[in-house]
Amino acid sequence: MKEKISNLLETAINSINSAESIDVLNDLRVALLGKSGSVTGLLKGMKDVEPSERPKVGQMVNELRVKIETALNEKIAFIKEKDLEKRLLSEKIDITLPAKRKKVGALSPITLVKNELIDAFSGLGFEIFEGPEIELDEINFQKLNIPKDHPARDMQDTFYITENILLRTHTSPGQVRVMTSKNPPIKVMCPGRVYRSDDDATHSPIFHQIEGLVVDKNISLCDLKGSLEEILKRIFGDKIKTRLRPSYFPFTEPSVEIDVSCFECGGKGCKLCKGTGWIEVLGAGMVNRKVLENCGIDPDVYTGYAFGIGLERIAMLKYHVPDIRMYFDSDIRFIKQFK
Amino acid sequence: MRIPKSWLNEYVDVSNISNAELESKLFSSGFEVEEVIEVNKCVKNIVTCKILQKDRHPDAEKLFVCQVDAGRYGVLQIVTNATNVSVGDIVPVALVGAVLADGMEIKKGKLRGVESMGMFCGGEEIGITDEYYDGASGDSVLIFHDDFELGADVAELLDIKETVFDISVTANRPDCQSILGIAREVSAILKTPLKMPNTQYKTTSTKVIDKVKVSVLDNELCSRYMAGYVSDIKIEPSPKWMQKRLALMGIRAINNIVDITNYVLNEIGQPMHAFDYRELTGKEIIVRRAEKGEKIVTLDEKEFELDENTLVICDANKPSALAGIMGGLGSGIKDDTTEIVFESARFKRDNIRKTSKKLGQRSDSSSRFEKGVDTYSTCLGLNRALALIDELDAGVIACDNIDVNATCLEKKKIKTSLAKINKLLGIEVPSEIAVEILTSLDFDCKLCGDELTVLVPLYREDVEDYPDLAEEIIRMYGYDHIECKLLDNAQITVGGRNELQVKEQILKNTLVENGFCEIITYSFISPKDYENFGIDCEKTGLIKLFNPLGEDVSVMRTTLLPSMVNSIEKNINRKNLEGRLFELAKVYIPKSLPLTELPDEKLSLSLGAFGNEEDFFTLKGVIEDLLDSVKYSQKISYIECDLPFMHPQRSANILDQNGEKIGYFGELHPKTLEKLGIDKRVYVAEIDYAYISNSFDKVLSFKNYSKYPSIERDLALCCDESVKNAEVIDIINSANIKTLVNIELFDVYTGDRIEKGKKSLAYRLTFSSVERTLGMEEVDGLVKKILKRLSEKDIVLR
Repeated sequence: MKEKISNLLETAINSINSAESIDVLNDLRVALLGKSGSVTGLLKGMKDVEPSERPKVGQMVNELRVKIETALNEKIAFIKEKDLEKRLLSEKIDITLPAKRKKVGALSPITLVKNELIDAFSGLGFEIFEGPEIELDEINFQKLNIPKDHPARDMQDTFYITENILLRTHTSPGQVRVMTSKNPPIKVMCPGRVYRSDDDATHSPIFHQIEGLVVDKNISLCDLKGSLEEILKRIFGDKIKTRLRPSYFPFTEPSVEIDVSCFECGGKGCKLCKGTGWIEVLGAGMVNRKVLENCGIDPDVYTGYAFGIGLERIAMLKYHVPDIRMYFDSDIRFIKQFK
Repeated sequence: MRIPKSWLNEYVDVSNISNAELESKLFSSGFEVEEVIEVNKCVKNIVTCKILQKDRHPDAEKLFVCQVDAGRYGVLQIVTNATNVSVGDIVPVALVGAVLADGMEIKKGKLRGVESMGMFCGGEEIGITDEYYDGASGDSVLIFHDDFELGADVAELLDIKETVFDISVTANRPDCQSILGIAREVSAILKTPLKMPNTQYKTTSTKVIDKVKVSVLDNELCSRYMAGYVSDIKIEPSPKWMQKRLALMGIRAINNIVDITNYVLNEIGQPMHAFDYRELTGKEIIVRRAEKGEKIVTLDEKEFELDENTLVICDANKPSALAGIMGGLGSGIKDDTTEIVFESARFKRDNIRKTSKKLGQRSDSSSRFEKGVDTYSTCLGLNRALALIDELDAGVIACDNIDVNATCLEKKKIKTSLAKINKLLGIEVPSEIAVEILTSLDFDCKLCGDELTVLVPLYREDVEDYPDLAEEIIRMYGYDHIECKLLDNAQITVGGRNELQVKEQILKNTLVENGFCEIITYSFISPKDYENFGIDCEKTGLIKLFNPLGEDVSVMRTTLLPSMVNSIEKNINRKNLEGRLFELAKVYIPKSLPLTELPDEKLSLSLGAFGNEEDFFTLKGVIEDLLDSVKYSQKISYIECDLPFMHPQRSANILDQNGEKIGYFGELHPKTLEKLGIDKRVYVAEIDYAYISNSFDKVLSFKNYSKYPSIERDLALCCDESVKNAEVIDIINSANIKTLVNIELFDVYTGDRIEKGKKSLAYRLTFSSVERTLGMEEVDGLVKKILKRLSEKDIVLR
């Protein structure tokens, strides 16, 4: 019996060692340890063993079983590991093949700039008001201190519909509409399309502005400079400086142009700033007393500032767009650059 | 405004300041120098030479070989083709190494084998015209008629170099549209005294009033009218110094009298007019509105028919000038004019502007009046003109000029305080500096404690209130004194986008995530677009621009569709093979035509898609996605759409739950595509964004879901081909089964394995209860109920 056991162990281990697949090993398990397997068969032969030997032989058979089982499991684990290794190797890919991406579109650069400005001004407590594009002469011009036949009308070539109705030439009528419908404190921006009868590489008959207006007690030119510098830094970077210089708009007094130090060359002078180190970005000023009065706000109590930003111009500076007409050209190759 | 530096220098000393410094100082005080023009800066080494000998070129018929005496440069040989020069003439010669006005450098050369040491010059090569030296205009060699020293530098001799500043003057400062105006500014900027132009002249005892009678019948349009009288005039060319300055301003010299009026216009900013006294019938000047139908022929021989909005200057009989714009033919200065009446007046800016525009007639004078001429200059201008008559010895001046004046010649008084000014600026400008600045700008200041009383110079009509003074102070004090404050003293406000503005952003982002590119197209389109697409605009009508840039951009759009389709066409033509576009923009719907009130402006959304992956259902999916993203609360449905530009079988109107149309979408009609030359299928949608935005109010609220296993049943139904999915779903839903939580169509089949005219629709129904596990038998019963309802409509299990 002892011999039988040791022979079986030897044959079993040999078979296990030479097995090359999990299927073979499973068959071996059945053949060795199954109900009618060889190990089980040994137990059946126990009746021929001396009763005094039985416990000892029984223990030996059990040890045999454990040894075979362990050998089987180890071999299975080994093969599994090897199979996995093989599979993983066979699953090699070129990780530099192109990505599978969802086709996303893009917003117009005008919208990008608009959103950026709106987000920045929102933080300062500005709300958004959008007025009509087809506007009354009275609101687009007269209430803003530009009477009929005033030379300042030359600054803005106007599309007319009737004598008194026109396409707004700027977003400034938004100021009038806000001031006539709301009491101070006012902090508002009016984004939108504006129209001028001009068409060349630097002028489009349609373009976009954001008008800003603050009316409250104690608003000064310093507030204008402070808030606009803050916003311009968000758009052009923290390193820029701003500069005010005198200008003229009929609806502000004093009026200023705001320049930023060139963000391309840091003010040394380059192509973008035409060698001056400064770039003109917007017009602004303290709201003219006559405009406040025209809108029913007491200019002896309230002061305010207003500004107008051309979105195409900001986008041109920021994204180096060479021709204003590209914004209105609908070419996917242009728009997709701004995603 | 062109400002020659030497002219400016007569009234304020700028001889010691560099061009760059002057430019930068003008810039920071509000006058941008657009260009510094260095007239003839490059010209050098052109000298006077006398022609000693002139022979034919041995080998060239049209050339001459000359020997010239170039003074200290010796005798030089010059080869020329000039035919107008002869031996003995003194001419300008560009030596070897000379530079001409156009920048060309002269090199030693050989012409047909003969050496030439330079070139004879005409006025153009030197950069001058007759205004500099008689004979310089035209293209032949200039022959000097003075006995100049030989070898002298021509540029120096004729004083041809000059720096001209081209200064941009803002519309509020018409007083700076003159040499004197800029001189006043520069004097304040540099703190250098201003020298006024000479206005002194001697007169005879003849009084102007004895020679001419002036009456102004419309004081509103003509608030000041002055007249002077000059006799014994000899018309001749004006002196070269005056001609040269006019040339620098771009004005041709005519004769002494006309040149004086132009000179005063540029120097003082006062338009002048000179009438030939002989032509003044009745020796009378009447300033009045024209009668309707009255006619005038102006100096340039154009005839105009006038109306009562035109101001005219008349003699006893007829209009002799369009006030402020142009004199009448006949009343002007002629070679034999001996007596003149000088007019210096202030005409109403807006009226001149209107008349000039209406008649299409402009002049230097009218464009000056359109900018605004002040009352102060009326008198200064006349006196300056008469002083120039005196200086040029051009005639005999009568005394006591006529002055018909309806305006107040007293200076405007502003009472304010420095505190107010400082509060507006946000900084404390030291009071002595503020007063010093205002004084330097010719404001009379009285500071009493903090109270500031200011008398405004007459020519500063733009200054009306303390903010104007604040601007004067800060532009001179320097804007770099302004500090940055972040609304320190303002009340706190809640800013940011409102709900609808937030939704707009969400919508756009959803579209971008779905592959759409945002386009921005013109708000005006062509009336032809309506024809091409067969879009009906009868109902509302179109808003037409009065002055469009062209017919194709002349009407305000009532739909975004044409712009969208044109954009797609453009992309396809440019070989962009696939794409998705959207535009969220306004359409303009008139309430009545012609417009008497502002129209409705409604936001509309257009979508466009083309490329192999697109079909009706991809676009349908996008629409449902975007409605979800903006929390659209209405249940929508689709019905066939009969728009003429849409594919009749592959387009749909979208309805809200009240049956209102909120938009349409689908494939464009092949005929529409053919018209546009597009050979690909194109899908478009347009949605009434303004209308649907009223329903962006879906409330988010938790609904319990089942933790018990759900039961699915697949039904393959057979029905008529005409039956729509939506109808089947409606029938299934009509069974009103609470535990039926989802219906999904997963297959549609028509073909050989099914009867002709029929189709198969396969649905997966999901049953589930939040309270318990459903029993099989129970679900079987429910399915039976559904099948019964379906079979009533001839929809049966396959």
